[in-house]
Amino acid sequence: MKTADKCLNNNYLRYVHLISPRTKELRSLFRAFWVGGFICSIGQALRFAFESGLGLQGDELSAYVSMVMIFLGALFTGLGIYDRIGKYAGGGSIVPITGFANSVVSPAMEFKTEGYIYGLAAKMFVIAGPIIVFGVASSVLVGLIYFGIYNIF
Amino acid sequence: MLRTIFFKNKPVIVGTSSISGPKEAKGSIGSYIKMKLDDDMFGEDTFEQAETKMLFYAIKDAIKESGRDEEQINAIIAGDLLNQIIASTFSVRNFQTGYLGVYSACATFTESLTIGATMLDGGYMENVVCATSSHFSSAERQYRYPLELGCTRPPLSQWTVTGAGACVLSKNGKGPKVVCATIGKIVDFGVADANNMGAAMAPAAADTLLTHLKETGCEPNYYDLIVTGDLGTFGSRIFKDLI
Repeated sequence: MKTADKCLNNNYLRYVHLISPRTKELRSLFRAFWVGGFICSIGQALRFAFESGLGLQGDELSAYVSMVMIFLGALFTGLGIYDRIGKYAGGGSIVPITGFANSVVSPAMEFKTEGYIYGLAAKMFVIAGPIIVFGVASSVLVGLIYFGIYNIF
Repeated sequence: MLRTIFFKNKPVIVGTSSISGPKEAKGSIGSYIKMKLDDDMFGEDTFEQAETKMLFYAIKDAIKESGRDEEQINAIIAGDLLNQIIASTFSVRNFQTGYLGVYSACATFTESLTIGATMLDGGYMENVVCATSSHFSSAERQYRYPLELGCTRPPLSQWTVTGAGACVLSKNGKGPKVVCATIGKIVDFGVADANNMGAAMAPAAADTLLTHLKETGCEPNYYDLIVTGDLGTFGSRIFKDLI
């Protein structure tokens, strides 16, 4: 039986790659930079506000800022605005924590029609799942390395 | 072996119908579409239900157009892009005819037309409905990402049609005739990008056309129009390059 790699026609793939329309990199970079920077500036502004207004500090302060940013990401996804921002900004709105909220809320909304348990709850993590799995796994790995170094030296 | 079927009795397309969403109605073939919807949900709760309803309307209208009754239809041959071709199955449950579900992705309609014409030509049936449907929002979820996910669409990504089409094939009557059909083969050059469907499909389309021309002995200028399934701007360019 033919396997997938036996089908590869490298000449064709090279030709397709050659004539494919390119993403306008400079434009994408600029958009991602200013939107991503703007989202991060909102986060920083919240940080200042919580620090001086509520007197929060350290981990508590970071947690508050993250929570508000995640809420905003989820809210704008629910309002159908975040996907438009994403279409414009690309990586600029995917990389910040609001993008993570978007990746959880969007499948939850999409699969709600299949029911609350088998749809919404089960499909909620189809996009964020791998991030969580490898995030947790790599943090355990880093923790072990840290633990080793800390105890030996 | 020949891959082209030459129909001796030449089945006739006696009735057609089409229905589409608002974006398609504004497109270049918008003026040919019979029923245009303003709302791509079609008053339903889910996109899948909307697709099912569109197909139902298209089939019903095509039968009406052909001047036949539902009782005179032997079978409906239909397919779509969803899991277990549910849009077709749920649409056809509204009819008391036979049903054959088919799937060939973008070539589903030509597959149903080929099977239908073969049935008629063999004398096994008298009237057959061939139909297909798709919906941008249900296909996007099936194959790519949720609609609300903030990701960019690459420049060569295509937009799945929101719409349905149906035609009634008959043993005799007035209308265009199905003369022959060339069955395509799988041509896989290893394009693995879900956003570049044009490049994935173009080699198979080119192979089918070349085989068809060779086996029928017709020159390209014999035809008024050579139409492929939706290869998109980019896929059409590859198709022409390959030919």
